[in-house]
Amino acid sequence: MNGILGRKLGMTQIFDDAGRRVAVTVIAAGPCLVVQRKTKSSDGYEAVKLGFEPQKASRLSKTALGEYNKAGVDPQRMMQEFPCAADEELAPGTRVTVDQFEGVTHVDVAATSKGRGFAGVVKRYNMAGGAKTHGGHSKRRVGAIGQCSYPARVMKGQKMPGHMGNVRVTQQNLKLLAIRPEENLLLVQGAVPGPNGGVVRVSRALKKAGKSA
Amino acid sequence: MSADIVRKIGDEGMKSDVPDFQIGDTVSVHVKIREGDKERVQVFTGYVLARDGGGGTETYTVRRVSHGVGVERVFPLHSPYVEKIEVVRSAHVRRAKLYYQRGLTGRKARLKEKIVVKK
Repeated sequence: MNGILGRKLGMTQIFDDAGRRVAVTVIAAGPCLVVQRKTKSSDGYEAVKLGFEPQKASRLSKTALGEYNKAGVDPQRMMQEFPCAADEELAPGTRVTVDQFEGVTHVDVAATSKGRGFAGVVKRYNMAGGAKTHGGHSKRRVGAIGQCSYPARVMKGQKMPGHMGNVRVTQQNLKLLAIRPEENLLLVQGAVPGPNGGVVRVSRALKKAGKSA
Repeated sequence: MSADIVRKIGDEGMKSDVPDFQIGDTVSVHVKIREGDKERVQVFTGYVLARDGGGGTETYTVRRVSHGVGVERVFPLHSPYVEKIEVVRSAHVRRAKLYYQRGLTGRKARLKEKIVVKK
Protein backbone atom coordinates (compact mmCIF):
# COMPACT_ATOMS: atom_id res chain seq x y z
CA MET A 1 0.00 0.00 0.00
CA ASN A 2 1.62 3.23 -0.97
CA GLY A 3 -0.96 5.89 -1.56
CA ILE A 4 -3.83 7.93 -0.24
CA LEU A 5 -6.37 10.48 -1.42
CA GLY A 6 -6.62 13.90 0.15
CA ARG A 7 -7.39 17.53 -0.31
CA LYS A 8 -4.93 20.39 -0.64
CA LEU A 9 -5.70 22.84 2.16
CA GLY A 10 -3.21 25.55 1.31
CA MET A 11 0.33 26.74 1.77
CA THR A 12 2.21 28.35 4.62
CA GLN A 13 5.74 28.30 5.94
CA ILE A 14 7.42 26.57 8.86
CA PHE A 15 10.89 26.68 10.36
CA ASP A 16 12.86 23.47 9.87
CA ASP A 17 15.32 21.93 12.31
CA ALA A 18 18.11 24.17 11.07
CA GLY A 19 15.91 27.24 11.58
CA ARG A 20 15.39 27.93 7.89
CA ARG A 21 12.01 28.98 6.56
CA VAL A 22 10.48 26.29 4.37
CA ALA A 23 7.39 26.65 2.20
CA VAL A 24 4.96 23.81 2.88
CA THR A 25 1.71 22.60 1.43
CA VAL A 26 -0.78 21.23 3.92
CA ILE A 27 -2.72 18.20 2.69
CA ALA A 28 -5.63 16.69 4.58
CA ALA A 29 -5.27 13.06 3.52
CA GLY A 30 -7.65 10.27 4.37
CA PRO A 31 -8.89 8.42 6.18
CA CYS A 32 -9.76 6.28 3.15
CA LEU A 33 -11.74 3.05 3.17
CA VAL A 34 -10.81 -0.03 1.21
CA VAL A 35 -13.63 -0.77 -1.22
CA GLN A 36 -12.10 -3.59 -3.19
CA ARG A 37 -8.95 -5.69 -3.08
CA LYS A 38 -7.91 -6.79 -6.55
CA THR A 39 -5.67 -9.85 -6.69
CA LYS A 40 -3.60 -11.61 -9.29
CA SER A 41 -5.93 -14.60 -9.32
CA SER A 42 -9.19 -12.67 -9.67
CA ASP A 43 -8.17 -9.56 -11.63
CA GLY A 44 -4.74 -10.31 -13.06
CA TYR A 45 -2.91 -7.73 -10.92
CA GLU A 46 -2.55 -6.61 -7.33
CA ALA A 47 -4.28 -3.39 -6.35
CA VAL A 48 -6.53 -1.83 -3.80
CA LYS A 49 -9.47 0.47 -4.50
CA LEU A 50 -9.86 3.26 -1.98
CA GLY A 51 -12.92 5.39 -1.30
CA PHE A 52 -12.55 8.89 0.14
CA GLU A 53 -14.96 11.32 1.81
CA PRO A 54 -18.38 10.03 2.92
CA GLN A 55 -21.23 10.87 0.60
CA LYS A 56 -25.02 10.50 0.60
CA ALA A 57 -26.09 7.40 -1.27
CA SER A 58 -28.60 9.43 -3.28
CA ARG A 59 -25.78 11.45 -4.83
CA LEU A 60 -24.00 8.45 -6.29
CA SER A 61 -24.56 6.52 -9.47
CA LYS A 62 -26.03 3.08 -9.08
CA THR A 63 -22.84 1.44 -10.35
CA ALA A 64 -20.75 3.17 -7.70
CA LEU A 65 -23.33 2.47 -5.03
CA GLY A 66 -23.33 -1.17 -6.04
CA GLU A 67 -19.61 -1.39 -5.39
CA TYR A 68 -19.98 0.11 -1.93
CA ASN A 69 -22.89 -2.15 -1.10
CA LYS A 70 -20.97 -5.20 -2.23
CA ALA A 71 -18.04 -4.21 -0.06
CA GLY A 72 -20.30 -3.36 2.86
CA VAL A 73 -18.69 0.09 3.08
CA ASP A 74 -20.39 3.47 3.62
CA PRO A 75 -20.77 5.34 0.31
CA GLN A 76 -17.86 7.62 -0.51
CA ARG A 77 -17.55 10.61 -2.81
CA MET A 78 -14.67 9.26 -4.88
CA MET A 79 -12.85 6.06 -5.59
CA GLN A 80 -9.33 5.44 -6.88
CA GLU A 81 -7.10 2.46 -7.33
CA PHE A 82 -3.59 2.13 -5.92
CA PRO A 83 -1.07 -0.64 -6.54
CA CYS A 84 -0.17 -2.81 -3.58
CA ALA A 85 1.88 -5.88 -2.75
CA ALA A 86 0.49 -9.40 -3.01
CA ASP A 87 0.98 -10.16 0.67
CA GLU A 88 -1.07 -7.20 1.92
CA GLU A 89 -4.40 -8.18 3.44
CA LEU A 90 -6.51 -4.97 3.24
CA ALA A 91 -10.01 -6.40 3.41
CA PRO A 92 -12.89 -4.12 2.32
CA GLY A 93 -13.72 -1.65 5.08
CA THR A 94 -10.12 -1.31 6.28
CA ARG A 95 -9.21 2.27 7.15
CA VAL A 96 -6.19 3.63 5.30
CA THR A 97 -4.60 6.63 6.98
CA VAL A 98 -1.48 8.79 6.73
CA ASP A 99 0.23 6.37 9.14
CA GLN A 100 1.45 4.42 6.11
CA PHE A 101 3.86 7.28 5.31
CA GLU A 102 5.75 6.74 8.57
CA GLY A 103 9.44 6.76 7.67
CA VAL A 104 8.80 7.88 4.09
CA THR A 105 11.01 10.79 3.04
CA HIS A 106 9.65 11.72 -0.38
CA VAL A 107 6.23 11.58 -2.05
CA ASP A 108 4.70 12.15 -5.47
CA VAL A 109 1.56 14.28 -5.56
CA ALA A 110 -0.82 14.09 -8.52
CA ALA A 111 -3.73 16.45 -9.07
CA THR A 112 -5.57 18.43 -11.71
CA SER A 113 -3.78 21.72 -12.26
CA LYS A 114 -5.56 25.07 -12.21
CA GLY A 115 -7.16 25.87 -15.55
CA ARG A 116 -5.75 28.93 -17.33
CA GLY A 117 -8.18 28.92 -20.26
CA PHE A 118 -6.97 29.79 -23.75
CA ALA A 119 -3.50 31.11 -23.01
CA GLY A 120 -0.97 32.83 -25.22
CA VAL A 121 2.49 31.63 -25.85
CA VAL A 122 4.21 33.90 -23.32
CA LYS A 123 2.20 32.48 -20.44
CA ARG A 124 1.95 28.95 -21.79
CA TYR A 125 5.52 28.26 -22.93
CA ASN A 126 7.45 31.10 -21.30
CA MET A 127 8.37 32.56 -24.66
CA ALA A 128 9.99 35.96 -24.49
CA GLY A 129 7.55 37.92 -26.64
CA GLY A 130 8.51 40.95 -28.64
CA ALA A 131 9.63 44.44 -27.79
CA LYS A 132 7.16 46.43 -25.68
CA THR A 133 8.69 49.70 -26.81
CA HIS A 134 10.74 51.04 -29.73
CA GLY A 135 7.72 50.65 -32.01
CA GLY A 136 7.34 46.94 -31.31
CA HIS A 137 4.19 45.48 -32.80
CA SER A 138 4.55 41.95 -31.50
CA LYS A 139 4.34 42.43 -27.77
CA ARG A 140 3.13 38.96 -26.82
CA ARG A 141 2.87 37.31 -30.22
CA VAL A 142 4.15 33.89 -31.26
CA GLY A 143 6.73 35.17 -33.72
CA ALA A 144 7.97 32.98 -36.55
CA ILE A 145 6.61 29.45 -36.71
CA GLY A 146 8.77 28.02 -39.49
CA GLN A 147 10.85 28.63 -42.58
CA CYS A 148 9.82 29.27 -46.24
CA SER A 149 9.21 27.21 -49.40
CA TYR A 150 11.19 24.39 -47.86
CA PRO A 151 9.69 22.71 -45.78
CA ALA A 152 6.61 24.74 -46.77
CA ARG A 153 4.72 23.55 -43.74
CA VAL A 154 4.64 24.02 -40.01
CA MET A 155 6.42 21.32 -38.04
CA LYS A 156 4.36 19.14 -35.77
CA GLY A 157 4.58 20.12 -32.13
CA GLN A 158 5.09 23.80 -32.91
CA LYS A 159 4.30 25.72 -29.73
CA MET A 160 1.26 27.88 -30.21
CA PRO A 161 -1.47 29.48 -28.08
CA GLY A 162 -4.11 27.15 -26.75
CA HIS A 163 -5.74 25.69 -23.71
CA MET A 164 -3.51 25.65 -20.67
CA GLY A 165 -3.91 23.91 -17.33
CA ASN A 166 -6.78 21.75 -16.10
CA VAL A 167 -4.74 18.62 -16.81
CA ARG A 168 -3.47 15.98 -14.47
CA VAL A 169 -0.02 16.91 -13.20
CA THR A 170 2.26 14.83 -11.00
CA GLN A 171 4.81 16.65 -8.90
CA GLN A 172 7.52 14.12 -8.15
CA ASN A 173 9.92 13.72 -5.24
CA LEU A 174 8.45 16.28 -2.87
CA LYS A 175 10.01 16.12 0.56
CA LEU A 176 7.58 14.88 3.19
CA LEU A 177 8.29 17.09 6.18
CA ALA A 178 5.73 15.91 8.73
CA ILE A 179 2.95 13.43 9.26
CA ARG A 180 0.19 14.18 11.77
CA PRO A 181 -1.96 11.10 12.13
CA GLU A 182 -4.21 12.65 14.79
CA GLU A 183 -5.29 15.40 12.37
CA ASN A 184 -4.90 13.32 9.16
CA LEU A 185 -2.43 15.86 7.82
CA LEU A 186 0.63 15.67 5.61
CA LEU A 187 3.09 18.54 5.32
CA VAL A 188 4.89 18.49 1.99
CA GLN A 189 7.71 20.82 1.02
CA GLY A 190 6.96 23.06 -1.92
CA ALA A 191 3.97 23.52 -4.17
CA VAL A 192 1.40 20.97 -5.25
CA PRO A 193 -0.77 21.16 -8.40
CA GLY A 194 -4.33 22.43 -8.22
CA PRO A 195 -6.35 24.92 -6.22
CA ASN A 196 -6.79 24.97 -2.46
CA GLY A 197 -9.51 22.47 -1.66
CA GLY A 198 -8.67 20.38 -4.72
CA VAL A 199 -8.38 16.60 -4.60
CA VAL A 200 -4.82 15.26 -4.59
CA ARG A 201 -3.41 11.78 -4.86
CA VAL A 202 -0.35 11.25 -2.67
CA SER A 203 1.89 8.25 -3.15
CA ARG A 204 5.38 7.22 -2.22
CA ALA A 205 7.96 8.73 -4.55
CA LEU A 206 8.35 6.36 -7.47
CA LYS A 207 11.89 7.45 -8.26
CA LYS A 208 13.00 7.18 -4.65
CA ALA A 209 11.72 3.62 -4.30
CA GLY A 210 14.39 1.18 -3.27
CA LYS A 211 16.36 3.96 -1.67
CA SER A 212 15.41 5.55 1.63
CA ALA A 213 11.74 5.99 0.77
CA MET B 1 -12.15 25.76 8.32
CA SER B 2 -9.31 24.44 6.21
CA ALA B 3 -7.76 27.90 6.08
CA ASP B 4 -7.73 27.83 9.89
CA ILE B 5 -5.71 24.61 9.87
CA VAL B 6 -3.16 26.11 7.49
CA ARG B 7 -2.93 29.25 9.61
CA LYS B 8 -2.47 27.19 12.76
CA ILE B 9 0.42 25.29 11.21
CA GLY B 10 2.04 28.53 10.11
CA ASP B 11 1.66 29.91 13.64
CA GLU B 12 3.31 26.95 15.33
CA GLY B 13 6.80 28.41 15.12
CA MET B 14 5.74 31.68 16.77
CA LYS B 15 7.90 32.95 19.60
CA SER B 16 6.31 34.34 22.74
CA ASP B 17 9.12 36.74 23.59
CA VAL B 18 8.98 39.02 20.55
CA PRO B 19 8.96 42.63 21.80
CA ASP B 20 6.31 45.05 20.63
CA PHE B 21 7.97 47.43 18.18
CA GLN B 22 6.54 49.87 15.68
CA ILE B 23 7.42 51.21 12.26
CA GLY B 24 10.23 53.77 12.56
CA ASP B 25 11.61 52.32 15.78
CA THR B 26 15.34 51.88 15.88
CA VAL B 27 16.04 48.28 16.81
CA SER B 28 19.08 46.12 17.44
CA VAL B 29 18.56 42.67 15.99
CA HIS B 30 20.85 40.04 17.48
CA VAL B 31 21.35 37.48 14.72
CA LYS B 32 22.98 34.13 15.26
CA ILE B 33 25.52 33.37 12.55
CA ARG B 34 27.08 29.99 11.95
CA GLU B 35 30.63 29.90 10.66
CA GLY B 36 31.63 26.31 10.12
CA ASP B 37 30.62 24.73 13.39
CA LYS B 38 31.08 27.89 15.45
CA GLU B 39 28.18 30.13 16.26
CA ARG B 40 28.38 33.81 17.08
CA VAL B 41 25.96 36.70 17.43
CA GLN B 42 25.98 39.70 15.14
CA VAL B 43 24.02 42.84 15.92
CA PHE B 44 22.24 44.64 13.11
CA THR B 45 21.01 48.05 14.18
CA GLY B 46 18.69 50.18 12.09
CA TYR B 47 15.16 51.48 11.89
CA VAL B 48 12.10 49.42 11.01
CA LEU B 49 11.10 50.31 7.48
CA ALA B 50 8.11 47.97 7.18
CA ARG B 51 6.33 45.02 8.69
CA ASP B 52 4.72 42.53 6.34
CA GLY B 53 2.29 39.71 6.76
CA GLY B 54 0.92 38.31 9.95
CA GLY B 55 0.92 35.32 12.24
CA GLY B 56 3.89 33.02 12.08
CA THR B 57 4.97 34.27 8.67
CA GLU B 58 5.30 37.96 9.57
CA THR B 59 8.51 39.69 8.52
CA TYR B 60 10.05 43.09 9.18
CA THR B 61 12.56 45.11 7.22
CA VAL B 62 15.37 46.91 9.02
CA ARG B 63 17.28 49.64 7.23
CA ARG B 64 20.56 51.22 8.16
CA VAL B 65 23.04 53.36 6.31
CA SER B 66 26.47 51.87 6.61
CA HIS B 67 29.51 53.57 5.05
CA GLY B 68 27.16 55.70 3.00
CA VAL B 69 25.38 52.69 1.56
CA GLY B 70 21.82 51.85 2.51
CA VAL B 71 21.51 48.29 3.76
CA GLU B 72 18.17 46.60 4.29
CA ARG B 73 17.62 43.22 5.85
CA VAL B 74 14.35 41.35 6.05
CA PHE B 75 13.90 39.13 9.09
CA PRO B 76 11.08 36.71 9.83
CA LEU B 77 9.55 38.00 13.06
CA HIS B 78 9.73 34.54 14.59
CA SER B 79 13.05 33.44 13.12
CA PRO B 80 15.01 31.03 15.33
CA TYR B 81 18.16 32.76 14.10
CA VAL B 82 17.19 35.97 15.86
CA GLU B 83 18.26 35.75 19.47
CA LYS B 84 16.63 38.98 20.60
CA ILE B 85 15.34 42.29 19.35
CA GLU B 86 16.08 45.45 21.36
CA VAL B 87 14.13 48.63 20.83
CA VAL B 88 16.66 51.47 21.03
CA ARG B 89 14.39 54.44 20.31
CA SER B 90 11.00 55.18 18.84
CA ALA B 91 10.15 57.72 16.18
CA HIS B 92 7.09 59.71 15.25
CA VAL B 93 6.09 58.48 11.79
CA ARG B 94 2.88 58.86 9.80
CA ARG B 95 3.26 55.92 7.42
CA ALA B 96 3.03 52.16 7.82
CA LYS B 97 5.78 51.70 5.22
CA LEU B 98 8.72 54.11 5.20
CA TYR B 99 9.85 53.35 1.65
CA TYR B 100 10.10 57.09 0.96
CA GLN B 101 13.15 57.07 3.23
CA ARG B 102 15.16 55.25 0.59
CA GLY B 103 15.40 58.33 -1.56
CA LEU B 104 16.39 60.63 1.27
CA THR B 105 19.79 61.38 2.74
CA GLY B 106 21.21 63.65 5.42
CA ARG B 107 18.91 65.89 7.43
CA LYS B 108 15.86 64.95 5.38
CA ALA B 109 16.28 61.30 6.31
CA ARG B 110 15.95 61.94 10.04
CA LEU B 111 13.08 60.48 11.95
CA LYS B 112 11.71 62.60 14.76
CA GLU B 113 11.91 60.88 18.10
CA LYS B 114 8.68 59.96 19.79
CA ILE B 115 8.59 60.79 23.47
CA VAL B 116 6.79 57.97 25.13
CA VAL B 117 4.95 59.15 28.21
CA LYS B 118 4.85 56.46 30.80
CA LYS B 119 1.60 56.20 32.64
